[in-house]
Amino acid sequence: MANMLSVRNLRIGATVYPPGEAPKDIEIVHGVSFDLERGKVLGLIGESGAGKSTIGLSALAYGRGGVRITGGEVLLDGEDLLKADKKGIRQIRGARVCYVAQSAAAAFNPAHKLGDQVIEATLEHGLMTREEARARALYLFNILGLPDPDNFGDRYPHQVSGGQLQRAMTAMALCSNPELIVFDEPTTALDVTTQIDVLAAIKNAIEETDTAALYITHDLAVVAQISDDIMVLRNGETVEYGPVQQIIEAPQEDYTKALISVRQTKQREARDQSQALLSVNNVSASYGNGFKVLHDISLHVPRGQTLAVVGESGSGKSTLARVITGLLPPTDGSITFADEDLPAQHKKRTRDQMRRIQLIYQMADTAMNPRQTVGQIIGRSLTFYFGLRGRKKKERVQELLDEIEMGSGFYDRYPAELSGGQKQRVAIARALAAEPELILCDEPTSALDPLVAEGILDLLMRLQAETKVSYLFITHDIAIVRAIADSVAVMLQGRLVDFGPRSSVLSPPFDDYTDLLLKSVPEMELGWLEKVLATRRMESAGN
Amino acid sequence: MNTVMEDGKPRRRPLKQRYPLTVLILQRLGLSAGLLLAVSILIFGGVEALPGDFAQTYLGQSATPQAIANIRSQLGLERPVTTRYFEWLGNAVQGDFGKSWASGNSVSEQIGKRLGNSLFLAFCAAIISVPLAVGLGMLAVHFRNRVPDRIINIISLAAISLPEFFIGYLLILFFSVKFGVASFPATVYDGMSFADRLSAIALPTITLVFVVLAHMMRMTRAAIISVMSSAYMETAELKGLGAFKTIIRHAAPNAIAPIVNVVALNLAYLVVGVVVVEVVFVYPGMGQYMVDAVTVRDMPVVQACGLIFAAVYILLNMVADLIAIVANPKLRHPR
Repeated sequence: MANMLSVRNLRIGATVYPPGEAPKDIEIVHGVSFDLERGKVLGLIGESGAGKSTIGLSALAYGRGGVRITGGEVLLDGEDLLKADKKGIRQIRGARVCYVAQSAAAAFNPAHKLGDQVIEATLEHGLMTREEARARALYLFNILGLPDPDNFGDRYPHQVSGGQLQRAMTAMALCSNPELIVFDEPTTALDVTTQIDVLAAIKNAIEETDTAALYITHDLAVVAQISDDIMVLRNGETVEYGPVQQIIEAPQEDYTKALISVRQTKQREARDQSQALLSVNNVSASYGNGFKVLHDISLHVPRGQTLAVVGESGSGKSTLARVITGLLPPTDGSITFADEDLPAQHKKRTRDQMRRIQLIYQMADTAMNPRQTVGQIIGRSLTFYFGLRGRKKKERVQELLDEIEMGSGFYDRYPAELSGGQKQRVAIARALAAEPELILCDEPTSALDPLVAEGILDLLMRLQAETKVSYLFITHDIAIVRAIADSVAVMLQGRLVDFGPRSSVLSPPFDDYTDLLLKSVPEMELGWLEKVLATRRMESAGN
Repeated sequence: MNTVMEDGKPRRRPLKQRYPLTVLILQRLGLSAGLLLAVSILIFGGVEALPGDFAQTYLGQSATPQAIANIRSQLGLERPVTTRYFEWLGNAVQGDFGKSWASGNSVSEQIGKRLGNSLFLAFCAAIISVPLAVGLGMLAVHFRNRVPDRIINIISLAAISLPEFFIGYLLILFFSVKFGVASFPATVYDGMSFADRLSAIALPTITLVFVVLAHMMRMTRAAIISVMSSAYMETAELKGLGAFKTIIRHAAPNAIAPIVNVVALNLAYLVVGVVVVEVVFVYPGMGQYMVDAVTVRDMPVVQACGLIFAAVYILLNMVADLIAIVANPKLRHPR
C-alpha cells in the first residue's frame, strides 16, 4: 500500500533570543524520516524538547512561534507540502490534515458554540453543505460518546467538562473526513479516569473513520494502546523506530529501555507505621465563599516514612497541604505534630514549628525568586532558621548542593539558567536547608519528563534513608504511589475514601473509587485498553 | 465527572446562578444609582463647604451686614443644610435645578443649550478619536515591534503626556496666530450654519482627540495582541482559514469587550475633560459655564453642573461595564 504521509529527512530550525545576546538560529529537529499508511497510527514519543510537537505540526506545514521548516520533504500522497504556496497549504489544513491540541479548553474559541466550531473547517473548504456537516458532527458526537449528542453542539466551551472538550476537539478534527490527524498530547491534561474514556473514544473514532494519525505523547503506556508504530525521539533525533510490539517488548536502545523501566518500585513498605509524626484529626476546611473543600479528614504520616495522597484535580489534596502548613486554617479539627498541637494559623506558629515542616511545589519555576542566585535561595533558609552568615552559610550551601548532586558550580547561577529537574533539586535543597522533619511534596514531579522525575524520586528516597525525613507526597500518579509510598490516602471531592498501608490500599478488596483509579492507569502492556473496556462492558452487562 | 452531571436532578439553584446576566445588570444599575446619590451628597456638601459666600461676593466689600442677611434670607440660606439638600435633590430629580443666584434665570434652561454644545464637541472628538485609535492600534499590532509601531507609540505617548491646555495653546499659536487657518475663539451661537460650527470647533476637537487617543490606542493594541496569541487563533489557522476570516470570526468577538470598555471610559473622560479645553478656547459649553459660576459662588449652577458631569461619567462607565458583561459568553450562557 502506498504511503499516505512520507516525511523525508525533515529539518526544523528556530530563532532563539538569549537574554543579552544577539538572536541566533538553532536547529531543533535534525533529519527525521518516517512513513505512515492510510488508517494507521504512528506514535511519536519523547521528552519535552524532543521536537515531537514540532514534527507533528510540520504535517500541516506549520511552525509555532519562530519555528520554521528548513529542509527535507513532507509528502502527502506524494505531494510535497513544503513546496506548496500559502493557498495550497490552506486547502490542506482543516480539510486533508487536522490537528488536535493538548489543551482543548484553550483551543476552542470561547465566543462560539461548539457545533459551529466543529463544522467550521468543513464548511470553509466547501466539503459539505451545512446540513451534511451537522449530520456528520452529530454522528461523531455519538461515536465519541458525548452526552446528549443532539444538543451538544449548541453548547459553549465553558459549559462542558475538560474530557468532553477534548472529545469535541477530536470530532472537530474528524469532521472534514481528513486523511490524517495530528493528536498532540490529547489526554495529558486530563485526569486518569477521564483519560481512559477519551483514549477509548479516539481509538474507536480512528478505527470507524479509517483515518491515519500521528499521536504525540510523552507517555509510552498511552501510546502503546493506540499506535501501530512508535518512533522514540530525543533532542530532535530518532532514537528508535519500529512496530509497537517490538518497541514495547524488545526495545533495542538504552534510552527506550530506560523509558519502559521507569516507575518501578524503589522502596519496600515500612512495616511499623504506628509512630505518627503528623496527625490530621477530623479536619474540615472551607474557602472564603463558604465552599467546603475538605470534609472530616483524618490521617497520619509515620516518622521517617512516606504518605502518598492521591486524587484527581479538585479532590482537595493540595488544600490539605495548605491546611497543614497553616496557610488555610481548618474550620474544624486539629493537627498534631510530634505530639504537640499545631496552631491553626501559620502566623501563630513558632519559627521552630515552621522550620520542621517544609514544602516543595509542583512548579519550581514560580516558587523561586528569579532575581536570586541558587546560593541566595538556599542560603535564605539557613539565615532565617539558624542565623548562619558569611563563610559558614556558604559552606553549608555547598554541602546541600552536593547532597542534591549538583555541585558547587551552581552557587552563582540564576533559576533561569537551570533545567526543570535542576530547579526542582534546588527547591529540595532549600527545604532540606531547614533540616525539617516533614516535607510536603505537592506534585513535585508532575511537570517533569519521566526520566528526570525518576531522578528526583531517587533523590527524595535517598534523602529519606539518610535523614529520616518524612514525606507527605501529593500526586495523581498511581505509579509513583506504587514506587515510593509506605502508606496511601485516596481522596475524592474533598473526602478521604481510603487510607492505610500501601499493600492494603493497593490490593483487593478495593474501595470502589480506588479500584476505578487503579484500573484507569494505562499499563505498559499491549491490548491493555481493550481489556479494560471489555471488563467494563461485561460489568455493565452484568448489572 | 459526567455521571455527576448526567444524573443531576433539576435542583433549584440560587437566582444568581440561574440568571447571572440579569442579576449582574441589575446589580450594576443599583450600584450606579447609589453612586449618583453619594455623589450628590458630596457635591452639595462640597459646595456648602466652599470658602466665601455668594452674598459677600455679589454685594462687594462695603456691603452692610444687614444687606448680606437680606440676600441670604431671600435665597433661603438660613434654613438647615439637610432641608435645603432634600429640596434641591427632589427638584433635581424632576429636572429642575432652581434659579441662578447671579442672573435669576432657570439653571435647567441655561444648561440645556450649553450641555448640547459640550456634547457636540465631545461627540466630534469621539467620532474622530475612536476609529483613529482602533485603526492605529491594529496598525501597531500589524507592525508589532517594528518602526511604525514605535512611531505610533511615541507620538501617542507624547500627546498624552502634554496637558490639554498646553496642546490647546500650541494649536492656537500655530494654526490661528501664525498661519491663520483656524478660528479662535471657538464661539458658536444660534443660527450658525453646521459647516461654520464645525470649523469653529476644529481646534478644541483636535486637542481632545490628542488627549484620549493614546490610551485607547494602547489598550486596543494590547487587547488584540492578547487575543492573537491565544490557542484558538492557532486552531483557526490550522483549519485553513484565511487571515481576514480568522480575525473577523475568531479574534474580533473576543477583543471587542476590552476595546469597548476602554472606549467608553475615554468617552466619559472626554465629556468631563472638556472643561479645561472649553475655557482655553472660550467655547460656550458646560465647562465654561461651571468655571464662571464657581468664581461668583453661584451655587445652584455649580451643583447642577457637577451633578450632570457625575451622571454622565457614571452612566458611561456603567455602559462600559454592561457591554463587557454582555460580551462574556460565560455570563450570557451559564452552565
